Amino acid sequence: MNKTKLILIGNGMVGHQFLQSLAESGESARFDVTVFCEEPRLAYDRVHLSEYFAGKSAEDLAMGQPAQYAEWGFNVLLNEKAVAIDRNRQLVTSDKGTELPYDRIVLATGSYPFVPPVPGHEREHCLVYRTIEDLESIKTSAANGKTGVVVGGGLLGLEAAKALRDLGLETHVVEFAPRLMAVQLDDAGGKVLRDKIEELGVRVHTGKNTQQIVDGDNAVHRMEFADGESLETDLILFSAGIRPRDELARSAGLEIGERGGIVIDNDCLTSDKHIFAIGECALWNGRIFGLVAPGYSMAKVAVAQLLGEDSQFLGADMSTKLKLMGVDVASIGDAHGHSAGSRSYTYLDENHGVYKKIVVDDGGKQLLGAILVGDAEDYGTLLQYALNGIELPEFPDSLILPQRGGDAKPALGVSALPESAQICSCHDVTKGAICQAIESGCSDVAGVKTATKAGTGCGGCAALLTNVVNHELEARGVAVSKDICEHFPYTRQELYHLVRVDQIKSFDELLHKHGKGKGCDICKPTVGSILASCWNEYVLKKPHVGLQDTNDTFLANMQKDGTYSVVPRVAGGEITPDKLIVLGQVAKKYNLYTKITGGQRVDLFGARLEQLPLIWQELVDAGFETGHAYGKSVRTVKSCVGSTWCRYGVDDSVGLAIDIENRYKGLRAPHKLKFAVSGCTRECAEAQSKDVGIIATENGWNLYLCGNGGMKPRHADLFATDLDRDTLIRYIDRFLMFYIKTGDRLQRTSVWMDNLEGGLDYLRQVVIEDSLGIGGELEAQMQQVIGTYECEWKKTLEDPEALKRFRPFVNADATDDNVVFVMERDQIRPASPAEKAAGKAEPIKLVS
Amino acid sequence: MNTKTHWIPLCGKDDLIPGSGVCALVDNRQIALFYLPEDDQVYAIDNHDPIGGANVMSRGIVGSVGDEPVVASPLYKQHFSLVDGRCLEDDEVRLATWQVSLDDELLLIDPTPR
Repeated sequence: MNKTKLILIGNGMVGHQFLQSLAESGESARFDVTVFCEEPRLAYDRVHLSEYFAGKSAEDLAMGQPAQYAEWGFNVLLNEKAVAIDRNRQLVTSDKGTELPYDRIVLATGSYPFVPPVPGHEREHCLVYRTIEDLESIKTSAANGKTGVVVGGGLLGLEAAKALRDLGLETHVVEFAPRLMAVQLDDAGGKVLRDKIEELGVRVHTGKNTQQIVDGDNAVHRMEFADGESLETDLILFSAGIRPRDELARSAGLEIGERGGIVIDNDCLTSDKHIFAIGECALWNGRIFGLVAPGYSMAKVAVAQLLGEDSQFLGADMSTKLKLMGVDVASIGDAHGHSAGSRSYTYLDENHGVYKKIVVDDGGKQLLGAILVGDAEDYGTLLQYALNGIELPEFPDSLILPQRGGDAKPALGVSALPESAQICSCHDVTKGAICQAIESGCSDVAGVKTATKAGTGCGGCAALLTNVVNHELEARGVAVSKDICEHFPYTRQELYHLVRVDQIKSFDELLHKHGKGKGCDICKPTVGSILASCWNEYVLKKPHVGLQDTNDTFLANMQKDGTYSVVPRVAGGEITPDKLIVLGQVAKKYNLYTKITGGQRVDLFGARLEQLPLIWQELVDAGFETGHAYGKSVRTVKSCVGSTWCRYGVDDSVGLAIDIENRYKGLRAPHKLKFAVSGCTRECAEAQSKDVGIIATENGWNLYLCGNGGMKPRHADLFATDLDRDTLIRYIDRFLMFYIKTGDRLQRTSVWMDNLEGGLDYLRQVVIEDSLGIGGELEAQMQQVIGTYECEWKKTLEDPEALKRFRPFVNADATDDNVVFVMERDQIRPASPAEKAAGKAEPIKLVS
Repeated sequence: MNTKTHWIPLCGKDDLIPGSGVCALVDNRQIALFYLPEDDQVYAIDNHDPIGGANVMSRGIVGSVGDEPVVASPLYKQHFSLVDGRCLEDDEVRLATWQVSLDDELLLIDPTPR
């Protein structure tokens, strides 16, 4: 069968979505796909471009991965721009002279930033904000300047202003219209937004018509405005809207709109039925859609059309919710009340900077539009009212008025939502699709997320999604239980509170008061961990011993053959030669397999139960402490060598790592905790893949939180910048204790944070701003744990009762004859069942 | 049938760990012993985990599923009934069990598996 030769021109976010949809359709083998990408890298997330200056790298923003494209079988030509389409011969020519024949073309050429033709706009240090290369130019330019101006106070302009502010420039926004975000907001909303942004130190100038840009007296440029005023600045960033990239289509003779844009029909086809256009370059019904979600919808339509399926693009809702410099802003539907007979309700709180407005139809039954500034929590609910024509409650203003005791806000019953209601707009997942996922076996939110991708984009729909899923499960008679197990009708967080509030000191007491049965392998270790986090008693103390997983019971990690591995603490990965020699001597004496771990320590494998106390006696005598490798607890603080030795280091990462490891060692948590400290932005300690990552800067320490490696790797989020040491430690204290208090069983910090309503911002409020007023309490509780630390192995060796547990048999002096080893690469390894059967294995060497 | 003439003493009650397990060796066979003080009951089952292939059952966590006392394998966490040794997750697997009895401060066992 001949494959259809398909050429995609443009590898932006929408082009990437097209490729992904095609690959996921399972039909991509029918096509021979070539992609022209003029930029030097594959598709990346332009929506979050400003995070590049807040510490994210090009890799963080990347969407397309070369390996992924290769696996999909798509041929990508990077750094190569398509310059001509010969529609007669059906050939595409590139700027490098490549000529490729095609059957079908998909144009996803996107848009370019509009630069107003003001005299002087082409001067040096006059830049735009669109690509990663633009960001690099901005960075270079900003390095020599003090002041920056963004021309344009729309959505993109304010994003760009954030970028300039993050670069440390004194930042101004110059807007032609009389208010910010003129398209989405009204005057009152614009004013609240302006006040909030000015509070953040950005100067806003509205109603300014720039006449020319000339040499400045005290800065690089002077902008002169029509009203006679002027503004001096070192850098000018144009962000005054976008224009479709239609030049290729134009020269190929495709139909173009009067004001630009490649004309497409409902099938996303251009005037040439071999050629599609999708995203910001396409003009549908006289409109350009400058948001990513409609572009994604077009990409999916184009894929369906290529596969001969019936799917059309019928416009898109342009409602938006976003955070501009930390300020929530949302706009829905007819926000300005243009519809005939419409009326509005408004709420203004100048004290806290909150503005809310809803527009309803003349009967007061339907929601037509809304504006939210400063607090956009109601966005999801209002959007569902507007999109699905759900009848409004008797008093529509109750939807936006704050609750202060008294009547609760009328809840939007999710059962009122039609099947077609879009729950997740990033991935276009409807309520119907969620119901389908549940029908086909998903039994919780996590399952639905995996199956449908709902809630995995911006995360704005998380609360609504949870509501819909739980409601649908309940409707199907599935009990939605958050109980930890059959013995306790509580979550881990609730158990934690019960332990704290009732001052409960043992599992039996908790079971007696709040549970039933005998407990199990789920609730016992969980409660053991909570008791340890709260009271920090010796884990092998009588009432606690039966609660621990075998690893915690024997203070070592059980391996597949029932032997254990031993990991002494090597704080920060710093170790003296003498101590290293001790590790070697012990390993040799007990014939232990020896391996270096990823956490910069040494793991000794193959120790039998009865050998553990002997091995640890030697290690403790040499000054080692337990490494807690066996516990759901703080593991290691990895570090690079830092400024002490490294030519590039800017601070003492090893010193900080050792202090932090010693501060938190032994701390029990819902899951293991890993830390790292890097001495400069080269990041050799890989701190951004840790629960707590710290990177030295010229001005202090940057703190990253909630990253992890493992099965589902996740980069940590930049939490706070340029902290001094005391503040850094205070934030970590609060963060860890808050996680321990509220985390679920076996929930890593990343998942925990994703499940916090409000995510990273909420965590910042709690930890930095102390919004819950519990900062002091968290620090005190941490101090209690730190103050009561003791090495569990040292304690065990002093306790004859505890040592009795390490006898292999209560009634015989023998060893487990099922533990046998063979030699491999000069070290032991467990014998396989076949080797055991064949009697090839070495008998174990006994060490007295 | 209450004669215990062929039963043998294994260990003292204070060798057992309340709410947890220890291991004994009888005729070269490893037997896991669990003492549940709330019922004043001792259970004896095979120490060999047939799924993990290692002698580790005595190091598992004991608890209950419904009213049935169980132990979870420390390797892969399958649950085994302490009463009849069957694996709750896999019908094909069953561990041997032994009759034991606390006689004052001494634990006695019938060395023939049930």
